[in-house]
Amino acid sequence: MSEAKLTLNIRSMGAQVRIIDILGDVTGAADVALTDAHAQASAAMTIILNFTGLEYMNSSGIGLLVTLLIRAQRQGQKLTAFGLTDHYREIFELTRLNEAIMLFATETDALASLQGSHI
Amino acid sequence: MTQPKVSIPRDADNWAKPVERLSVGSTPSGALNLNVDGRQTQSPLRGFGQLWQKTYRAALNGSTVTPQALVQTWKEHFPEFEPPESRFFPSVAGVKPGEVVLINAMTPGGPVSTGVMVMYSDDESFTLMTPQGHPESGWVTFSAFEQDGVTVAQIQSLARANDPVYEIAFRFVGAKIQENTWRHVLMSLVEHFQVAAVVEITRTCVDPRLQWSQVGNVRHNAQMHTLIYMITSPVHRLFRYRAK
Repeated sequence: MSEAKLTLNIRSMGAQVRIIDILGDVTGAADVALTDAHAQASAAMTIILNFTGLEYMNSSGIGLLVTLLIRAQRQGQKLTAFGLTDHYREIFELTRLNEAIMLFATETDALASLQGSHI
Repeated sequence: MTQPKVSIPRDADNWAKPVERLSVGSTPSGALNLNVDGRQTQSPLRGFGQLWQKTYRAALNGSTVTPQALVQTWKEHFPEFEPPESRFFPSVAGVKPGEVVLINAMTPGGPVSTGVMVMYSDDESFTLMTPQGHPESGWVTFSAFEQDGVTVAQIQSLARANDPVYEIAFRFVGAKIQENTWRHVLMSLVEHFQVAAVVEITRTCVDPRLQWSQVGNVRHNAQMHTLIYMITSPVHRLFRYRAK
């Protein structure tokens, strides 16, 4: 299997929110990195995925996002995202991930959607 | 004034465009085109049953074929690797993003006519997504990669049964039949390259929950629609004959 060309940074935005910055390629090789990132964010009620630095994604990568979403749902966490280009928004539409993950244009918009809930 | 630089993503040509509903261009010779036209595509998030990820792998020890050459062969000869009871009919354009592949299969529950859309395709993989009414709601990815100097062929499905009828069928016999189908495909592929291999299977239940909100999917059930078509087609033919 190829090596993961992916860096994930996790930022805390208050006690209940974590932002995962996704920088690089989301492919099948990102499995361990995404699982670890989710584990580090497991205490949060909301996880926000930042796709601003996404450079490449294949179908195995989108499969990993599905399993990440299911894992989050089973832990009672909300998963949202921002920073997708039109191309990757289309892929979310094609794969119907947009029906389960609320998408925002910017980090500010994603955080604003949480106002009054738990930020 | 300088325009902002718009870069084209490296994967831009690999993905199908989103479609509201599927459309089959021309029906390949010998295929029955049922339960695909007008249907929406599904995903692992839709569907009724438990969500399973199943991975089938075969290492081509002794072969010099590269992952890219293997996947190229896989795309070109895709229907030939399927078992006889599960016939795949790609379009003339072949395995390319957005193309529809018709499927005519025979199961213990009777015939089922359905199809899949090519969701993704690159040099080392391609992924098919199912429509409404297909036994499964999700994707299956066919790929190859190199591990310790050996090319490995892999099939990975991420899917759940589309409706309660299929879920019951999968729990009794369907899952076993499906595993045998993908095992057959890998063995046929390996034999094509004149080597022997063992197929290893790993199964992970990603989501054990049933999605009761999707119970209505049963109205699209391709197996039931195919059976109804088979039973009523002589009547249809008679009406068409009398109308002439």
